[in-house]
Amino acid sequence: MQGFAQEFTMAMGLILSGDPELWAIVLLSLRVSLMAVLIAAAIGMPMGAALAVGRFPGRRVAIVLLNALMGLPPVVVGLMVYLMLSRSGPLGVLELLYTPTAMIVAQVVLVTPIIAALTRQTVEMLDAEYAEQLRSLGVSRLASVPTLLWDGRVALLTALLAGFGRAIAEVGAVIMVGGNINHVTRVMTTTIALETSKGNLALALALGTILIGIAIGVTGTVSLLGARNGQQEMRHA
Amino acid sequence: MIGTWIRAAVLSLGVGVTAVAAEDFIVVQSTTSTQNSGLLDAILPEFRSETGIEVRVVAVGTGQAIKNAMNGDGDVLLVHAKPAEEQFVADGWGVQRYDVMYNDFVLIGPEANPAGVGGQDVEAALAKIAEAQAPFASRGDDSGTHKAELRHWSSAGVDVAAASGTWYRETGSGMGATLNAAAGMGAYVLSDRATWIAFGNKDGMKILVEGDPKLFNQYGVILVNPEKHPGVKAPQGQIFIDWLTGPKGQAAIADFKLDGQQLFFPNAQ
Repeated sequence: MQGFAQEFTMAMGLILSGDPELWAIVLLSLRVSLMAVLIAAAIGMPMGAALAVGRFPGRRVAIVLLNALMGLPPVVVGLMVYLMLSRSGPLGVLELLYTPTAMIVAQVVLVTPIIAALTRQTVEMLDAEYAEQLRSLGVSRLASVPTLLWDGRVALLTALLAGFGRAIAEVGAVIMVGGNINHVTRVMTTTIALETSKGNLALALALGTILIGIAIGVTGTVSLLGARNGQQEMRHA
Repeated sequence: MIGTWIRAAVLSLGVGVTAVAAEDFIVVQSTTSTQNSGLLDAILPEFRSETGIEVRVVAVGTGQAIKNAMNGDGDVLLVHAKPAEEQFVADGWGVQRYDVMYNDFVLIGPEANPAGVGGQDVEAALAKIAEAQAPFASRGDDSGTHKAELRHWSSAGVDVAAASGTWYRETGSGMGATLNAAAGMGAYVLSDRATWIAFGNKDGMKILVEGDPKLFNQYGVILVNPEKHPGVKAPQGQIFIDWLTGPKGQAAIADFKLDGQQLFFPNAQ
């Protein structure tokens, strides 16, 4: 480990000096994971809300299943998406394997259950609180969903952040469907895996530090926005 | 058949850079050694500036690269396990196999060298390691290096399957990850020389056995058969193969040096 500190300092210098290659990797990571979270939210939030207010046979089973899917192993998701997108797979004609789109697809699969399950929990709690009031106003269970989602928006931000955290930190799925191709599908986590395998441990650690920094930055920003929003709510009330 | 490809290659060369759009690219399924050593990063920009074709490299173990290519998820295969490559072509997955370059395997071990191995004879060294039951880190991932390692064990008369999980430890990972594991465990490990030279975490490890002709490591290149997978970009793939095995590609391979050492030796015919 000789010169570890020196190598680490050099790597941090690379980051701070705005090395274009490194920043392209950072931006691709953000682009892929933010897009994945956006799509996952569009699917997962209505799904979670429907599970929270809906009353249908098999609902409990669906909830248990959804909670279990929060722990989907990324490698398995990567493998499933690979088999779908491979040229010999059912969606091979789309030529999506080894593109950022494939990575977004894999992350959507990983993140959607997290957002859906956390949304379900939030909405169910709000529903228990307001159900009587809403019913007395003549609002049906289904029609109350947008109101409940809006009311729980601060808690739902946390659900989005949990999803984002999972997406940006994940390596098993994106390395399989993205291929870790230089300048095309190489993101932060796959770069860290590559540099580690090259034995460049200090560089890998420095990259890991930026990854953590990004996670803190995004989470902090969203939390601040959420907190301010929450305070405004309080004042209005 | 081959004539057709050569004609196709010449034709698309003739149509020239204008026909080859800026977004023209091929996917090459290759091994970690060609990427981790920096070889491909060093030679591919030259190919791109000459032909306008971008080469996207997916670097995995030889076994996985071959399977990915069988699924049609690559236009060209660049790996190092000649018997498996010949099988790939014989089974119709590939068009033709060409020699590209070679380097060699080296036996790495802890400086303390508890099994006391040395010299040139790799089989004798492996037998000593087995005798001493000294830790040995194997790739265990069906890669070219793993296949070569298993051949040497078998020639040395050691049944490593029986020792799996004791002194014989299969990491199931790439070359670099396995070298990291070996460094951590103070284990012996077989590596291709290129990955070893480029490896940044050599701490406490060194080459103990090298120079045995049995440690020769040949790389080959194959165009994935477009008759099996119509999506294969055969003309562009063939242009890449022709370049790699031609004078310019061969010179680029020979010119690639790390710490003043040549890592790969071109030997296309």
